[in-house]
Amino acid sequence: MIGEINSRSPEGPIEDKWSSHKFNMKLVNPANKRKFEVIVVGTGLAGASAAATLGELGYKVKAFTYHDSPRRAHSIAAQGGINGAKNYQNDGDSVYRLFYDTVKGGDYRSREANVHRLAEVSLNIIDQCVGQGVPFAREYGGLLDNRSFGGAQVSRTFYARGQTGQQLLLGAYSALMRQVGSGSVELHTRTEMLDLIVHDGAARGIVVRDLITGDVRSHTAHAVVLATGGYGNVYYLSTNAMMCNVTAGWRAHRRGAMFANPCYTQIHPTCIPASDEFQSKLTLMSESLRNDGRIWVPKDHDEGRSISEISEDQRYYYLEEKYPSFGNLVPRDVASRNAKTVVDAGLGVGPLKNGVYLDFADAIQRDGEDVIRERYGNLFQMYERITGEDPYKTPMRIYPATHYTMGGLWVDYELMSNLPGLFVVGEANFSDHGANRLGASALMQGLADGYFVLPYTIGNYLAPLLGESTLDENDPSCSNAVNEVAERTQKWLSINGTRSVDWFHRELGKLVWNFIGMERDKNGLEKALTEIPSLREEFEKDVRVLGSADNLNTSLEKVGRVADFFELAELKARDALERAESCGGHFRSESQTTDGEALRDDENFSHVAAWEWGGTSSSAIRHKEELEFEHVPLTQRSYK
Amino acid sequence: MEDTMTLTLKVWRQKGPMENGRFETYELEQISPDMSFLEMFDVLNENLINNGEEPVEIASDCREGICGTCGCMINGKAHGPEKATATCQLHMRKFKDGDTIIVEPWQATSFPVIKDLVVDRSPLDRIIESGGFITVPTGSAPDANLIPVPKDAADAAFDAAACIGCGACVAACPNSAAQLFTSAKVQHLNLLPQGQAERWSRTEEMVEKMEEYFGSCTNHGECHEACPKEIPLDFIAYTNRDYVKSKRKNRNLLGQD
Repeated sequence: MIGEINSRSPEGPIEDKWSSHKFNMKLVNPANKRKFEVIVVGTGLAGASAAATLGELGYKVKAFTYHDSPRRAHSIAAQGGINGAKNYQNDGDSVYRLFYDTVKGGDYRSREANVHRLAEVSLNIIDQCVGQGVPFAREYGGLLDNRSFGGAQVSRTFYARGQTGQQLLLGAYSALMRQVGSGSVELHTRTEMLDLIVHDGAARGIVVRDLITGDVRSHTAHAVVLATGGYGNVYYLSTNAMMCNVTAGWRAHRRGAMFANPCYTQIHPTCIPASDEFQSKLTLMSESLRNDGRIWVPKDHDEGRSISEISEDQRYYYLEEKYPSFGNLVPRDVASRNAKTVVDAGLGVGPLKNGVYLDFADAIQRDGEDVIRERYGNLFQMYERITGEDPYKTPMRIYPATHYTMGGLWVDYELMSNLPGLFVVGEANFSDHGANRLGASALMQGLADGYFVLPYTIGNYLAPLLGESTLDENDPSCSNAVNEVAERTQKWLSINGTRSVDWFHRELGKLVWNFIGMERDKNGLEKALTEIPSLREEFEKDVRVLGSADNLNTSLEKVGRVADFFELAELKARDALERAESCGGHFRSESQTTDGEALRDDENFSHVAAWEWGGTSSSAIRHKEELEFEHVPLTQRSYK
Repeated sequence: MEDTMTLTLKVWRQKGPMENGRFETYELEQISPDMSFLEMFDVLNENLINNGEEPVEIASDCREGICGTCGCMINGKAHGPEKATATCQLHMRKFKDGDTIIVEPWQATSFPVIKDLVVDRSPLDRIIESGGFITVPTGSAPDANLIPVPKDAADAAFDAAACIGCGACVAACPNSAAQLFTSAKVQHLNLLPQGQAERWSRTEEMVEKMEEYFGSCTNHGECHEACPKEIPLDFIAYTNRDYVKSKRKNRNLLGQD
C-alpha cells in the first residue's frame, strides 16, 4: 500500500528551484559512471536523447526498441514545431511566460515546479538541436525563424517545414548512434520490453522478447528508464503509429508503479475523417491550417447540393459565430468538441457524414493560390493523396482524432516513479502538460527530459549505489518474470478462437471513443465499465492468433498489447468517472458553464489522480497528489 | 459510395531468411478505392486469419509516409506506381478493378528477408554509426543564433535531411547501391557550417562503411525515381567530390585548398 504521495519538488522561489536542486543533488564521479548500468526502453525523442546523453556521460547504457531502427519512433511524425523561450523575435516572450502559458493551457492540472523547469531548459534544447545540424527554418539573413503556434500570443515555435519531429528525432538518433559507434550504448533493435523486474521494491531490470527469434530473456541494470510513448491507440483509431502501445508502462504499473490521470487525452481537431470500417489509422493535418481555413457545415441536415451551390447564409461557421475573438483558432479541445456537436446534430459532411469543412476558398481569393501553396503545399498534397480530392478546389474534410495522452506513469520532480530506480520520460510520464497539452510542447518535453533533466536526476539516485552489483539474472525475480512472459506468450497461441486481434482492438476502440472520448458522462462511463470487461472476457476466450512464437509474428506482438489496452481502458473509465469535473481534454457534460465550456472544480479536483494496481483494474486504488498554484492564478479559460 | 474493386494479389511468402520463398495468389473482393495499399493488406490478412492461414508479414508503422518502416516492390517498382509516394501513402484508387498486383520484398543482398515482405535494413544504421552525426555533447552547443546559416544552404541541407531511410533507393538500384541514402545523410551535415569540423572524416568513414555492405553506383538514377522524398541526385555528386577531397586534403590546413 502506497502512503502519501510526495512530488519532492524543491523548496525556494520558482526561478531557483531547478538550479538549487541541481546543486543539491549528489554527483557520480566521472571515473565511477562506467560502474553503473542503465537500461533505456524506447528510442523516440525522450529515449534517444536520454540514452545518448547518459552514454556520453560515461554510464553503461543498453537501449531497446521494437523498431528495426531507433529512427522510426513515432516522434518522427510530429509536424508543427518545438517551443523555446528564446525571445528571438523580441515580442515579449520569456521563460516565465512559457511557464505561465503552459500551466494555464494545461487547465491548472500540472505541477508548477516541473513546468518552470521545462520552460528553463527549452532554451538549451534549441541550441543543442541546432548544434547537431537540425535544419530549422531560417530567415534570409541566416538566423532562425519562428512562428506563433496553437494560439500563442508570441512567436516562440521553431520549425522545420512540416517535419519538425522527423528532424529533431534524426538529431537525437544521430547522437545516439555516435554513442553506439563508440561502444558506450549497446543497442537492441526489434526487441520488446514485456515486463519490469522488481527486486526488494526497486526496479532492477526488464524482460524482453526478441521479435525475430522469439527468445525471451532478462536484462538487469542499476536503473531502468521508460521512454515508451503514449497510450492513444487504446482508441484503435488515432494519429499514433500502428505499433504505439502502453505495454511497457502498463507492465511497470502492474509491478507497482502508479499510473496517473489516464483519463487525460488530447483529441486533435484537424484530422482526415475515416473513410470506411477498415481504416487503420487517422492522419493529422497540421493545426497551422486553421490560420487560413474557415470551418463550416451546411445549415440544412439534408444538404445534397454541391458546395458551390450552398450560399453563404446557408453555411454555419460555428466557431466564428460562437467565439468571435478567437474564431477558427480556439484551442484544440474547444475546436474538437464543437466539431463533435455539429456532427452529432446530423450536420456532418462527406460520404459518411463524419466531418466538417475546412475551407480555403476565401484565403485563396484573398492571397492567391501561390501564397497558399507556399504555406501549405505539402499538406494539401498529402490530403489529396489520401482522399483523392483537391483542396485548392474543394474544402478539406476534417474531424477530431486522438493525438496525445497527457496521463502516464506517475513521476516525482526527478522523473522517478514511486518504484525506486524506475524513471519515466517523455509522453510516457504524466508530468508537465496537465489536462491539455499546448501545440509544439510535446517535442520540447521529450527532449527536455532526455537531454537536460534525467541525466542530472538519475545521478542523484545512482550515487549511493556505488559498489552494488546489478541483479544476477539467475535470481528468482528475473527467472520468474521471464517464465511468466514466456507462458503468457504461449497462452495467446493456444486459445485458437474465432476472431482476429484487430477485430477485438477495433471493438474496444469503439467503446473507448464513444464513452471516454471527447465528451464523457456518468451513465456512459458506467456503461463502459461493464462493456469493456465483458468484451475483454470474450477476447481472452475467443481471440485467434496463428503461427508460432519462435519467429516474426506481428499478430502475437499485437495480442499482448491489446490485452494491456483492455486493462488500461477500464482504468481510464474509472479515472474519468471519479474526476467529476471538466478540465482541459477531459470534458464531463455534467460540469460545464452556461456557455457550454469546460468547468473545473478546483475545490475538489485540484490534484493528480495516481492509481495503484490492486490485482485488476477494477480494484485499483486512487491516490491524490495535491497541486498548489503559487504563481499562476486559477482562472476560467475563455475564448469568446 | 464509389464502386469497389476485385483484385488478384501475387504475394511473396517466405518463412525465414534461410527458407525458400514462393508466390501465393490471393483473390480479394470489395476493395474500396479510398483504402490505402496497406489497409488492403489488412483486409487480406483478416481474411487469411478467418480462414486459418497465417497472415502476411508486411512492415509499417506511422502510415503517414515519414517513418520509413514500410516498403515493398509493387509490380516491380519500389513503393509502387505513384511517384514520390511511400507504400503507406499509396491508395487503391491508383489501381483498376480486375488488376493483378505483384508484391515482393526489397531485393538486395544487404537486405536479407526476415519473413514474407519484411527485410533487415540494419546496414543503413551501421553507416550512420560510422559518422552520420555532428559531435556536440549535450550541453556544449553555443547559442542557436550564433552562426547564421544562409537560407539557400539551410534549404539544401533540408532537402537532403528529408530522407526517411526506407531503403527504396537500394531496392530500385540494379547494383543494390546505397549512394542516394548515404549521400543524403552526408550532405545534410556537410552543407551546414556546424558540420564542417568533421566534414572530411565523416565523408570518408560513411562512404567506406557503405562500400562494405552495398554495391557500386553506376549512375542509373533509379534511386531518385523510386525515392518517396525525391532526394536529388546532386547529393551523390557532392559526396563524390567531398570523398575525393577527403583523400587529398591536408586537414591541418583549415580553410585552405
